[in-house]
Formats: sequence, structure tokens, C-alpha cells
Amino acid sequence: MNRTGIFDGALLAYRRDLLLAMRHWGQVAQPLIFFVMVTTLFPLALGPDLAELRQVAGGTLWVAALLASLLGLELLFRADHADGTLEQMILSGQPLAVLALAKGLAHWTVCGLPLVLLSPFVAASLGMPFEAVGTLMLSLALGTGVLSALGSIASALTLGLRRGSLLLGLLVLPLAMPALIFGARAIDLSIHADSARGPLLLLAAMLVLALTLAPLAVAAALRISAE
Amino acid sequence: MNWTWFHKLASPPHAYRIAARLAPWFGWPAFLLIAAGLYGGLVLAPADYQQGDAFRIVYVHAPSAWLSMFVYGTMAVAAAIGLIWRIKLAHAVAASSAPIGASFTFLALATGAIWGKPMWGTWWVWDARLTSELLLLFLYAGVMSLRASIDDRDRADRASALLAIVGVVNLPIIHYSVYWWNTLHQESTLTKIAKPSMAGDMLWPLLTMLLGFTLYFGAVLLIRLRAEILRRERDASWLRAEIGR
Repeated sequence: MNRTGIFDGALLAYRRDLLLAMRHWGQVAQPLIFFVMVTTLFPLALGPDLAELRQVAGGTLWVAALLASLLGLELLFRADHADGTLEQMILSGQPLAVLALAKGLAHWTVCGLPLVLLSPFVAASLGMPFEAVGTLMLSLALGTGVLSALGSIASALTLGLRRGSLLLGLLVLPLAMPALIFGARAIDLSIHADSARGPLLLLAAMLVLALTLAPLAVAAALRISAE
Repeated sequence: MNWTWFHKLASPPHAYRIAARLAPWFGWPAFLLIAAGLYGGLVLAPADYQQGDAFRIVYVHAPSAWLSMFVYGTMAVAAAIGLIWRIKLAHAVAASSAPIGASFTFLALATGAIWGKPMWGTWWVWDARLTSELLLLFLYAGVMSLRASIDDRDRADRASALLAIVGVVNLPIIHYSVYWWNTLHQESTLTKIAKPSMAGDMLWPLLTMLLGFTLYFGAVLLIRLRAEILRRERDASWLRAEIGR
């Protein structure tokens, strides 16, 4: 008998989401454009002095990344819910938590990773020194992972609701604040040429915890929402 | 041991009657304790040698802050019971707790700000305790708005229960990261509103108020639970018999 293993199923779900994202480039690009736009708002609002902007660069980039990743979250399960794929996933006999983890990873690859790759260019426009770029990318890579995990819980809970996108922000932002605190702190430390090891390790610990627990919560939420 | 009385608690008609009978047993002691605590705190207790009379707001602030967390715990436990054993009454308890908890959180924030004005010279300081209270208020807002946005009652119950549990897991992380963030950004530790070492004649009114507020929460919860049962069971025949009596 030909059985599909757990990881084959997860890999299929992951590749399917990547393929779908490739075919809808516009949806992938929108959060990135939004990210660049929000970071542009800060120099316009605070004044063009690079020395001053450098002081707030870490926080600015993190707030922009947080808002941009909210945009992509709404789409995470919506299409699958609309065309019935989600029900098939629930009925497939595959552990739903593993499929949810695969979908979360795919979301991070499509939404978080491009943000990380784009961030050095945006950071340069805020006067961030070159030495801090490594920490910036690492902190955003870990942080967007936490955001994808937490966000997929909220996305699953608000599935198919009217005004779901507004609600999504209300649910995710309070949960995401610890990641914001440590992520922005890490960048700040490395701008001032200090070691950012502590906050980065805490951020990594948060990511491990989120990756462990969030898929279970997402699976439970999907079962509640899809009924 | 006979557990029938315990299982009966989960039935709406039974809970509806029990809540009516129990509410005064929480309400009246709460009233007496709060009255005694207020008299002790506002009249009998001496003024603080550093803060003067302004410290007296602690008699409202500290019990509110305690309840803001206690109610979240109650809500999350009720939500978990409802989610795991599929007991609808537990969801009704969770639904009635959330607005009470949010009100206490708001009260704790407001009294903290009023106390901060003479102490710090501003209404708001990014103090670790105030900030984590604010984030707690956001968590309550999330749970309440998720419940309000879902029309199907069963789904609303279970979705907001899950969110409350996710919030409980996150609450310690949020709390400690806010403390960590605060100690990094502020050099001097601010005078904490509730000092661990308090004189006896200042302390007993505080403990009285804590107990009084907690009992008050019990009374309000029972009353709100009755209203919630009325709303949920509005088409049930037992209710028509109960009201028509």
C-alpha cells in the first residue's frame, strides 16, 4: 500500500504554497512595498538628519516589519478555506499541526525572508552603520519567524470573518510585543557597537517556543474555524 | 462520595438558580469589607512620610491590579474547562469574566496615572508595571473583540477560549520582557506604589480591600453569569417556566 508519510505531506503543503505564491507575485510584493513605504514615513516625519535617524533606526525597522508581516497573514489560510482545500487537509489523516507548521514555514519563506533580504537597503537609508547589518538581518530573521508563528494562530482564529484583517492586528500585536522589544534592542546594541548576543539568544528562544507550541494552537484553531 | 451536586453545576437551569442564591453571600461581605477597608485606609491609616496622602490611592489601585490578573486567570481556566470538556456553562463564565477583568485593568491603569501625577509629575510613565497592565488590557480587548466578531455562538466560545489560553502562555513572557525592557531604559528605579514593608495600620485596610474586591468580583460574576444564561437560553422551555412562575 502506498502511504504518504508525515514529512512527505508537509513537504507537499510547503511546495504547494510556494508555487501558489510564485504565481501571484503581486500579493508577495505588496507587504514588501508597504515595508519600504512605512520606513520612508519616519525620515519624513522626524527630519532628514541621519545621526538622529540612526538612534531610532532599530525601532523603526522593527515596527515597519511588524506591520508589513500583518498584511501577509490575512492571506495565509483564506484561499484554502474558500476553495475547500483546508477541509481536505483536516480530513486527510495527516497531523494537522505538521501541515500548519509547513504552511507557516512557507509563509515565512514568502513573506519574512524577502523582508530580511530587503532590510539592509532600507537600513542604509536610515543611516545604520555597515557593522550592524548582520545583527539586523539575524534579528529580523528570528523575529519574523516568531511573527509568522504567532500570526498563523490569529489568522486561523479569524478565518472567514468580516473585518478579519482589523481583528487580526488586535490579536497579534499584543502577543508580538516581546519579540519587538528584544529585536529592536539587539539592533540598537549593535548600532552602538555593543554585543547583541543576549537579546538575539532570547529571540531565538522565543522562536523555538513558538515553533513548538504554535502549530498545535493553529491546528486547534483551524478545527474550530472550519467547522 | 456523591458527585451529583458537582455535575449539576454544569446545567444552566441549576446554575441559574444557584447563582441567584449565592450572589448575596458574595455581595454583602464585599460591601462590608470594602466599607471597612475604605474607612481604615482613608481615615485611620496615617499619611505616608514620603508620599503624604497621595499614597492612599493604593487601596483602590493594588486590589484592581490584583484582580486584573486574577480575573484573567479565572477566564482562562473557565475557557480551558469549556474547551476540553465541552461544558457550555464554562464558556458562559469566561464570557462574563472578560468585561469585568478589562474594567479592573482599566481601573488599575487610571488609578496608577492619577497616583503618578503628584509622584512623578506626569500622568503617564513607561513604568514596567503600568506597561504590562496596558498590554493586559490589549489582551482583554483581543479576546472580547474576537468573541464579538463571530456570529456563531459555539465558534465564538471556542475561538475566544483558545485565544485566552494562548494569552496565558504569553503573559509571563510579556511580563518579564517588559520588566527587562524597563530596567534597560530607566536608570533609577522609581518608587514602587506598593511597598513590601508596610506599617500594620496601613496594611490591614489593604488586605481588607483585597478580599473585599475579590468577593465583589464573585458577586458581579454571578450576576453577569445569570444574564449570560438568560441570553443563551432565551428559547429554552425551562426558562419560560422559570420566568413565568
